[in-house]
Amino acid sequence: MNLNATLIAQIVVFFILGWFTMKFVWPPIMKALDERAAKIADGLAAADKAKADLALAEKKAVEEMRKARESAGDVRATAEKQGAKVLEDARAEANRIIAQAREAAEGEAAAAAQRAKQDLREQVALLAVAGAEQILRREIDAKAHADLLANLKQELQ
Amino acid sequence: MAGNAPTASEYVVHHLTNLTLTGKAQQDVVDWSVINIDSVFWGFGLGILTVVVLWRLAQRATSGVPGRFQGFVELMVEMVNDQAKSIVHSAESRKFVAPLALTVFIWVFLMNFMDLIPVDLFPMIWENGLLPALGGDPAVAYGYMRIVPTADINVPLGMSISVLLLCFYYSIKIKGFGGWIHELFTAPFGNHPVLWPINFIMQMIEYLAKTVSHGLRLFGNLFAGELLFVLIALLGGTATVMGFIGHLIAGSIWAIFHILIIVLQAFIFMMLTLVYVGQAHESH
Repeated sequence: MNLNATLIAQIVVFFILGWFTMKFVWPPIMKALDERAAKIADGLAAADKAKADLALAEKKAVEEMRKARESAGDVRATAEKQGAKVLEDARAEANRIIAQAREAAEGEAAAAAQRAKQDLREQVALLAVAGAEQILRREIDAKAHADLLANLKQELQ
Repeated sequence: MAGNAPTASEYVVHHLTNLTLTGKAQQDVVDWSVINIDSVFWGFGLGILTVVVLWRLAQRATSGVPGRFQGFVELMVEMVNDQAKSIVHSAESRKFVAPLALTVFIWVFLMNFMDLIPVDLFPMIWENGLLPALGGDPAVAYGYMRIVPTADINVPLGMSISVLLLCFYYSIKIKGFGGWIHELFTAPFGNHPVLWPINFIMQMIEYLAKTVSHGLRLFGNLFAGELLFVLIALLGGTATVMGFIGHLIAGSIWAIFHILIIVLQAFIFMMLTLVYVGQAHESH
């Protein structure tokens, strides 16, 4: 418990250590702290912004989806309309082709019937002549009775 | 310690005597030719340890994710910085005062911490190991070793006088030399010729009381702590079962309690440093 020159030494050391800390210790630590504070502030701001962006994007996505649904509905309606029209056209075309075919077939059938009738008629005439020949058992000049035969043929028509 | 076993009184006195440059215990109460080697060695050594560790950390301080040690130091830096901001209102002064307060806090804590090291450990190493190895005889001279610098009155008082000098410096810097002298004579009672000497005496008493109480508060706590550890060691020194158990129990209790004291005293010393410097900035 004696006062001596240690006191003076302590005063000198006190200021040296204080100066050293001020010069070499305090500034880098404070710089690191301030930088970290700035980083955290930036990070928080970025997070807030991201959140806002996300909300906006979600809203946009919903809007887009709604639009897409709407346009899909339009497309479907158009497609349905078009499909119905195509079906209608096809049906009409088919009917037309069927009618045409039927007409052609009917014409052909009629012509065939006509031809058959004609053949039949000619054969009937020949048969008639042959029949008559046999019935009459006499010679009939076909040529001399051509007119008669033609008349008969005409009547059969 | 060498030779015959010392009496209790000799043991205590021996533990409270500083190792001086002359090798003998100081005789006069005040002797400016004497210097305590042990206090200077441990005090300066711990101070250097403080700033070098802090400096090494500051070199690789990252603004990214801090390690545990950096986090711990940052905690202290933030604590000191917050205190400095609330007490010293000049940002310019804080550039020196805040780092100083940080160093004072850690340094004083480490010096106080030496009190928790077993009281006889370093004196034993010194007197029975190092000193004879260096060719000295502890019975003749240099047979002393005190490792708690803050329990040597020169150290706390040296620091409190440093704070006083800082107060003078900032008073003059902020108020100007004339302004400061004017304040010395006109505060706290007012500007009247009759009041001048009273004001001046009041101011001197204030400065003296601040400085002495600042230093002696730390010294008293640590000196008492050291003394108690020495007395508890005496209990174990009786080499009886009761003495051993008593040493164990009393030593444990006092050491645990002392952990609180050394941190608290370091904190108080730092806070008062800030408060006194802060007061130097204020005009009455």
